[in-house]
Amino acid sequence: MIEQLLHRPWPWYVTGPLVGLVAVSLLAIGNKQFGVSSNLRHLCAAFAPGSVPYFKYDWRHTGLWNLVFILGVVAGGFIGGVLLANPHPVAISAAAVTSLATLGIRDFSGLVPRELFNWQVLLTLRGFLMIVGGGFLIGFGTAYGGGCTSGHGITGLADLQLPSLIAVISFFAAGAAASVFLLPLLVPR
Amino acid sequence: MTSQHREPLLGAYFGMGVFFGIVLTKGELVSWFRIEEALRFKGPYLYLVFASALAVAAPGFALLERRRVRSFAGEPIAIPPKVMGRGVRYVAGGALFGLGWGIVGACPGPLFALVGAGVGVMVVVCLAAVAGTWTYGYLRPRLPH
Repeated sequence: MIEQLLHRPWPWYVTGPLVGLVAVSLLAIGNKQFGVSSNLRHLCAAFAPGSVPYFKYDWRHTGLWNLVFILGVVAGGFIGGVLLANPHPVAISAAAVTSLATLGIRDFSGLVPRELFNWQVLLTLRGFLMIVGGGFLIGFGTAYGGGCTSGHGITGLADLQLPSLIAVISFFAAGAAASVFLLPLLVPR
Repeated sequence: MTSQHREPLLGAYFGMGVFFGIVLTKGELVSWFRIEEALRFKGPYLYLVFASALAVAAPGFALLERRRVRSFAGEPIAIPPKVMGRGVRYVAGGALFGLGWGIVGACPGPLFALVGAGVGVMVVVCLAAVAGTWTYGYLRPRLPH
């Protein structure tokens, strides 16, 4: 009974407020702005700054807390995604199932489709472009745009910052376009 | 304490990270299915999560900032405003990130959570993202902002 309860996915009205709570807590703990993509810059600064001025800063001073935070996220992903894994498929709408089936997705179990996210997929051109190209765009775009779904979408919007609203509108529009127009070209078949 | 800056409360940030990682996975925000559902406008889940997150974060921020309270670490609480400039970076950078987000079906937080959740190939997405950020840093002087 309790076991079942722990493995059940959380509804939006639990998930959303808790995400907001994380952002507020980080501010209250140490005046830290919730934003995950900064870590990509901190990783560059820590491991491969080269001669690039953008990576010449004291990453321990500005970023160590965030790198520790993201290490926690990996651990939390193990707890929520493995130890407390939901045995049932993610309950997306019937319309979403129909729409994603047109991409050739057959297996709707797990958090991500196994057909797309496995090591073999890297050996196909489409799969390589999806995994490596997609990841590259995420890293390039968040650095250029100064934030991602957490930094702009939560922190910036909650602080009523206009630049964040512009970034959010832009990445939602581009995300929708990519899902509809690019994904069909990149799904390995 | 040495002259070198030492970040206090690192354990608290790790704990918040663990909590956020559990929220991301149990709330299915790491799920490709949920993200693509939202980006194809086939279900309201992600939008409801965002709206309710902001419903907590916005008044929370306002309260902490207006009251001029100090954080547990002792600093005054203030969120630095983002520099608008010509705004090119927010439109172009946002769009490039959005393309990657739509293709991979995960944004930076979920990428790290999925590594923990056992989707090994996400390590490659993370490394590619670091390479993307590095490339931005290298090209930064030549890009419009």
